[in-house]
Amino acid sequence: MCLAIPGQIVEFESAAKHMATIDVSGVKRQVNVDLLRGSPLEVGDWVLIHVGFAMSKISEAQAQEQLQLLTMLGEAEGALEELEGYQFAEERSPHAQ
Amino acid sequence: MKYVDEFRDPKLIEKAAEEIRRLADPKRHYRIMEVCGGHTHSIYRFGLQDLLPENLELVHGPGCPVCVLPMGRVDDGLKLAQDPQIILTAFGDMMRVPGQMGTPLEMKAKGADIRMVYSPLDALKLAEKNPERQVVFFAIGFETTAPSTALTLKRAWQMGIPNFSVFCNHVTIVPAMRAILDSPDMRLDGFVGPGHVSTVIGCRPYEFVAREYGKPVVVSGFEPLDLLQSLVMLLRQLNEGRAAVENQYERVVPWDGNQAALAAMAEVFELRPFFEWRGLGFISQSALKLRPEYAPWDAEARFEVAGVRVTDPKAAQCGEVLKGVLKPPQCKLFGKECTPEKPVGALMVSSEGACAAYYNYVHRAELVSGD
Repeated sequence: MCLAIPGQIVEFESAAKHMATIDVSGVKRQVNVDLLRGSPLEVGDWVLIHVGFAMSKISEAQAQEQLQLLTMLGEAEGALEELEGYQFAEERSPHAQ
Repeated sequence: MKYVDEFRDPKLIEKAAEEIRRLADPKRHYRIMEVCGGHTHSIYRFGLQDLLPENLELVHGPGCPVCVLPMGRVDDGLKLAQDPQIILTAFGDMMRVPGQMGTPLEMKAKGADIRMVYSPLDALKLAEKNPERQVVFFAIGFETTAPSTALTLKRAWQMGIPNFSVFCNHVTIVPAMRAILDSPDMRLDGFVGPGHVSTVIGCRPYEFVAREYGKPVVVSGFEPLDLLQSLVMLLRQLNEGRAAVENQYERVVPWDGNQAALAAMAEVFELRPFFEWRGLGFISQSALKLRPEYAPWDAEARFEVAGVRVTDPKAAQCGEVLKGVLKPPQCKLFGKECTPEKPVGALMVSSEGACAAYYNYVHRAELVSGD
């Protein structure tokens, strides 16, 4: 919960940019990106994810570092399991604007 | 130093460790608390204490969300789950935390509808899919997870989902640090400040530690090198007689935090007058509750929450370990009645708990080598 999962934005769900598809080591899932409203967010950007929400924008090098750290801490498998476990995007529900 | 060859840059690690040994005044005994459980995990995993001089002691802090939750709140949640209308949802870490009634996992085996989720949004989704049931999300965590719960509640409001609610157990780290500083049996020289919590709250909230208590805080990343550099920064301040908040984790932590996350939290939550922490007792204004406007989604307003108070099992010394007064193996139950397989206290459950980290990386190795 304390350690964040790094991922790369591959697609925004809509122009409103509430949700984005994130790629983490080949696993793709949607996460919420509303907490990054303050900074411009583009496809290709890297973010740190906590419990289904992107919390900070980071560089690619930092993302690699974080992934390696998770591996060394024995948490990488758990991180991917968490990502694969996100159920909320399986069928799209209307977003409030 | 058993893990040293796995470090990304062993030379830099050795250099930082050398600098620490050079800076540590042999006439002093330094006690530095790492507040965050993620740091505790990293310290044990990489055997960092072995690289430090003997007079620099790392004290493990209370920054493990499941560890600080009093047993009574676990039982309150489990009591909710006894209502056949209710589906109780919780993060994986929470599922093995024992209350007096057992763990959520054990209650689930006995027939309660308790489900593990990876995100509060999953709990909301479950409510959408089960309109005839009540879905309660057992919310835990510091400022790393509280904004996510806040945004999920905003979404429940916007979408008008009536059968979703939150049993809020979010806590805030700063009042806990103040409680530790005020504790008479605690002598600390400085803090390694939490990493990911600080991405949300920034560095300013720690300024009182320097200003009022005259102790340095260095917000740190999780890599071995990050932690060693943070210790160098702390020792430099201590040697120069300075006390300031410094940011070693600048590459991720903005000085002012994440404004969108802070705004979402402020909109949905307010401070509770007081909240009980395991080991630290009642701390005023240290936890979050839902604002009255969100009462329809507040499990404590909607359901009868028992308000169970349970004293910790007498023999377990979780409280002393949480405050940093005892090291994990000094607890009478450590490695005997209390193991990661059968935890008595929450510190043995989570990978961020000091006891689980110590058990997995130090105790197991000692068992193998026969020390």
